[in-house]
Amino acid sequence: MTNANQQAVALYSNDFLREVEERVEEGEWVKMCMQCGVCAGSCPLGNAWQHTPQKLFMMIRAGKREEVLTSDSMWMCTSCYNCIVRCPRKLPITHIMHGLANYAHRLNLAPKGQPTREVARLFWNSLAKTGRVNELKFSLAMYFKDGIVQGIKNAMAMQSIGLALVMTKRLNPMELFGGHKCKDPGSLHKMIAKAREIEDRKKGFTS
Amino acid sequence: MAKKQYAFYPGCSSQKGASGSNFLTSIDVMCDKLDIQLNEIPDWNCCAASIGYAEGGELPRLAIGARNLALAEQHLPGQDMVSGCPACWLASREASERLNGHANLMAETNEALKEVGLNFKGSVKPRHMVEVMIEDIGFEGMKKPVVKQLQGMKIAGYVGCQTNRPFGIAGESFENPQYLDKMIEVVGAEAVTKYDQKVTCCGGALAFSEPEKSQKQIRSIVESAYDHGAEMIVTPCQLCQANVEIYQSEINKKQGTKFAMPVVYYTQLLSVAYGGSAKQAGLDGHIIKPKKLQDIAGK
Ligand code: SF4
Ligand code: SF4
Ligand code: SF4
Ligand code: SF4
Repeated sequence: MTNANQQAVALYSNDFLREVEERVEEGEWVKMCMQCGVCAGSCPLGNAWQHTPQKLFMMIRAGKREEVLTSDSMWMCTSCYNCIVRCPRKLPITHIMHGLANYAHRLNLAPKGQPTREVARLFWNSLAKTGRVNELKFSLAMYFKDGIVQGIKNAMAMQSIGLALVMTKRLNPMELFGGHKCKDPGSLHKMIAKAREIEDRKKGFTS
Repeated sequence: MAKKQYAFYPGCSSQKGASGSNFLTSIDVMCDKLDIQLNEIPDWNCCAASIGYAEGGELPRLAIGARNLALAEQHLPGQDMVSGCPACWLASREASERLNGHANLMAETNEALKEVGLNFKGSVKPRHMVEVMIEDIGFEGMKKPVVKQLQGMKIAGYVGCQTNRPFGIAGESFENPQYLDKMIEVVGAEAVTKYDQKVTCCGGALAFSEPEKSQKQIRSIVESAYDHGAEMIVTPCQLCQANVEIYQSEINKKQGTKFAMPVVYYTQLLSVAYGGSAKQAGLDGHIIKPKKLQDIAGK
């Protein structure tokens, strides 16, 4: 168990709902759910969700902390916003799913090697480094996230697509050396670090 | 006529050498004919899209969005901020609405922005290029510069998710928005009005992390276009375009289908109709060649 996780458990003892309300993005909305089930049928990757958003909200209220935070389900969210426009109680469901995933990730309770978790991490790192996402470095990092051997296999499998993109000038091999970026990545890093510091203070993450 | 001025936020996928770069090419021709001037926001940064949440959390993401908004306010005062990419628009609009609605988040975000010498006032309005087209130009206005009718083409309008939800286009329904079909008709082509995958999600960023599950979505999107007799799909979204075009060969390989359905942007349709060459409309940027559109552009 990580330090931050132990502290959270101690602080909120058995009140997981309150923990979510105070620490998860848009978490204060969870109590408004009336369990109508509309969102449960809205997710495009529906059958990959072990617990639908409706179920997750019920589990939060029932204090099932461990099950919720270690769940793979919210990582199946494609950000399609179907649920938000349909929910009769206007819960910002998409953002709560993102918030739960982020919280589980920061406490290191999210499933290890969960593919979307890995992709999201790589994507953010690519962006935070230069201010802009470098698609080529991002894709290469993606291929190699499971190690060298699997990486070469992945890259080979997608080779025809990669080449076609290069041919149509939609993927620039020169991006590997430099590429697009913001003028002063250093100050951008400072901005992101500052925002993170404030959030960590507010949400009780100690790193 | 004085040109309409907008602060322009291209987004990463539309920069030169990126997967949506041909979108940018076609937007130039279109805006030129419609007397729209797009002024690129100096030193803009990536919006973190909808996948940035996992590592980024709330405040760093809001700060990243607010930096672009603040840059627009400072360098291009009084102009609406326009993005071509739905994810960029969504991220900017979410940041703007959440910060304007929560004084504490606004104060915290501005504390972070101080590190880069910026301050977000909350005044700039983030808009989607499609909104500009419909609200500021109008369908009649879009029709005026048409010099080539795309007659005889049958096209499926694929709106996808994020142009459509959660904000959508004012006056349109979430389940069956009409504007893309109307744009198809503006250029003289026939819209597949019964296209039932119009607002289906393609899997978005999960095309990378959950390829099998996303390709199932993409398969339905392409298959339904075929079933309704479409010869091309048109979309307003960079990621939709990339996902739906690029993975057809993968689906063919794995599932024995014979998909070769071209997928283009609405801006490319308009560019061709406005007399742009195939190159100007970015038609050379496709893996699945939009043959018929290229022919029309070449005439
Ligand atoms: S649609 Fe809204 S109210 Fe209904 S179950 Fe889902 S979150 Fe709860
Ligand atoms: S946004 Fe996420 S939670 Fe909502 S319907 Fe789509 S996949 Fe499900
Ligand atoms: S949506 Fe994608 S392309 Fe657009 S700025 Fe964000 S990350 Fe970059
Ligand atoms: S359809 Fe796909 S790419 Fe387009 S907005 Fe939805 S998730 Fe994004």
